[in-house]
Amino acid sequence: MQSIQNAKHIFQIFADYLSQYFKTRLAYRADFLGDLISNLVSELINLVFIVVVFTHVPLMKDWTRDEIIFIYGFFLVPYALFSMFFGFWDFNERYIIRGEMDRILTRPIHNLAQVCLESIAPDRIFGVISGLIIMGYAAIQLDLSFTWYDPFLFVGLAISGALIYGGVYTAISAISFFSDSRTGITPMIYNIQQYGRYPVDVYNKVIRFVLTYILPFAFVGVYPAAYFLRKETWYTYAAMTPVMGVIFFTIGVVVWNWGVSKYRGAGS
Amino acid sequence: MRKLYMELIRMRFLTMLAYRVNYYSGIIIYGINIGAYFFLWSAIYGGQQQLGGLTVEQMTSYVAIAWMSRAFYFNNIDMEIAQDVREGKVAIEMIRPYNYLSVKTAQAFGEGIFRFLFFAGPGIFLISLVIPFRFPASGEDWGLYLISLMFAFLINTQINLVTGLLTFFLLRNDGMMRAKRVVVDLLSGLVLPISFFPGWAQTAMGFLPFQAVNYYPSLIFTGAISTGRAWELIGLQVAWVLIIMIPILFLWRKARHRLVVQGG
Repeated sequence: MQSIQNAKHIFQIFADYLSQYFKTRLAYRADFLGDLISNLVSELINLVFIVVVFTHVPLMKDWTRDEIIFIYGFFLVPYALFSMFFGFWDFNERYIIRGEMDRILTRPIHNLAQVCLESIAPDRIFGVISGLIIMGYAAIQLDLSFTWYDPFLFVGLAISGALIYGGVYTAISAISFFSDSRTGITPMIYNIQQYGRYPVDVYNKVIRFVLTYILPFAFVGVYPAAYFLRKETWYTYAAMTPVMGVIFFTIGVVVWNWGVSKYRGAGS
Repeated sequence: MRKLYMELIRMRFLTMLAYRVNYYSGIIIYGINIGAYFFLWSAIYGGQQQLGGLTVEQMTSYVAIAWMSRAFYFNNIDMEIAQDVREGKVAIEMIRPYNYLSVKTAQAFGEGIFRFLFFAGPGIFLISLVIPFRFPASGEDWGLYLISLMFAFLINTQINLVTGLLTFFLLRNDGMMRAKRVVVDLLSGLVLPISFFPGWAQTAMGFLPFQAVNYYPSLIFTGAISTGRAWELIGLQVAWVLIIMIPILFLWRKARHRLVVQGG
C-alpha cells in the first residue's frame, strides 16, 4: 500500500514538473521550435547517410537498405524514451560542481527520481514519432507482416532498450559522487552508442563483444529489431533484451545509491 | 594591432592548455567516431574496388583526415557570442578598442592551433597504427592540404560568426546553432564525401559554402585529385571567404544599432 501511494505521489509530481516545463519552454517559442528542428535534423542526417550509401551498393554485409533503415527507426524509439527521462548528461557540472546535489538530498522523493524530474525533456517524444514513421516506411518496403502480439513486444523491447541506456548513464553519472573532477566519460559513451544503430556483424569481434555484454547498446537497436525483421539467427539475443534491461538498470541504481552514500558535497 | 591579436591567440592557446584533460577524452571520442565509420565503410565496400571515385584505402584515409581536419576548424564561437549577448557582456566588448568579431576569430584560431598540435597530431599518429592510412606523398601535397585547411577554418569561423550574430536579433537561438552544427557535418562531407551524393544534390551543394569546410581539404589529403584541381578548389575557398564577408559585415552593422542588453 505504502509503495503504491509512493508511486502515485511521484507520478503527480511528474505531472506538475511537466506543466512547469512547457511554461518555461514556451516563453521562448523560437528557441523551442529551433530545438525541435535540430533534433529532427540530427535524426534525418543518419537516414541520409544510409539512403545515399545504398545508392552505390545493394547490400551492407547481408543487410538490405530497408532493413538498415528499419533498425535505425527502431533505435530512435528507445533512444527518445531514454533522452526524455534521463536528460542529466551534464550531471557532474550541474549537481556536483555547483553543489545542487545537497538540495536534491533534502527533497522527499528518491534522489534519482528527483534528478530525472528536473532534467525531463518531454519534447523528445517527437523522436518516438519519427522513429515510428521511419520503421513504418521500412516495414512497408520490406512487406513485413506482424502478429497481434507484436505491438506489445515492441513496447516491451523499446522500454527495455531505454532501461539499458538509463542504467548505463545512471552508473556513469554516479562516478561523479566519487570524483568531482571532469572525467569526459559521458560524451565518450554517448559516441559509442551510435555503434548500436547498425548490424553488429559489420564490426570486429572485440567491438561486438563490448556492444553485447559490456555496453550493451546492440540491445537498443539491431538485436530487438532483428526479431521484427524475422532474422532467426538473432532471436536469442532479441529475447534477452528485457533481461539485459533489468540487469543494467539495476546495476545503474545500485551504483547510484552506493555513490549517494559516499557523497560528501563538493560545491559552494 | 597585430600584437594584440597575437596575444589573444596565445591567451586562448594557454587557456586550452590549462584544461587539456578534456582533450584526452576528446581524442578517444574522435577515435570512436573514426572507428565506427571505418567499419561501416569496410562493410559497405565489401568486394567493390571503387565507390564515388574513391578506393577503399582512400576512403579510410578520407574518414580519418576529415575528422582530424574538423579538430582544427571546429569551434563554438557562435555559442560564445550568444552567451555574451545573453549575459550583456557584449556591451563591454563593444566599447573596447578592438573589433569584437576579429577578437572571436583570433580566439578560435588559438583554439584551432591547440587542437591541431595536441589533438589531431597524436590522433592521426595513433589512427595510422590501427587502420590502413595513407599520408600525402610529397611536400607539395602537404602544403596544399595545409593551405586548404587554413581556408576551411576561415569559412567555418565565418559561418559561426553569422549564426552567432543572429543572436542579436533572435535573442535565443541555441536550437538553430545546434542544428547548424549537424547540417555542417553532413554538407561539409564529414560523414559522407560529396562525390557520393546524387547528381542533383551535388549541384545544389555547389551553391553552398559547406563543402569548402571539409570536403576540399580532405580530398586534397587523400591524393584522389590532381594538383591543378587542388588549386582550383583553393580558389573556390578564397571566393567563399570573400562572399560570406558580405552578410557578416551587414549583420554586424545592423546588430550594433539594435542591440538589446538583457543582463548586466
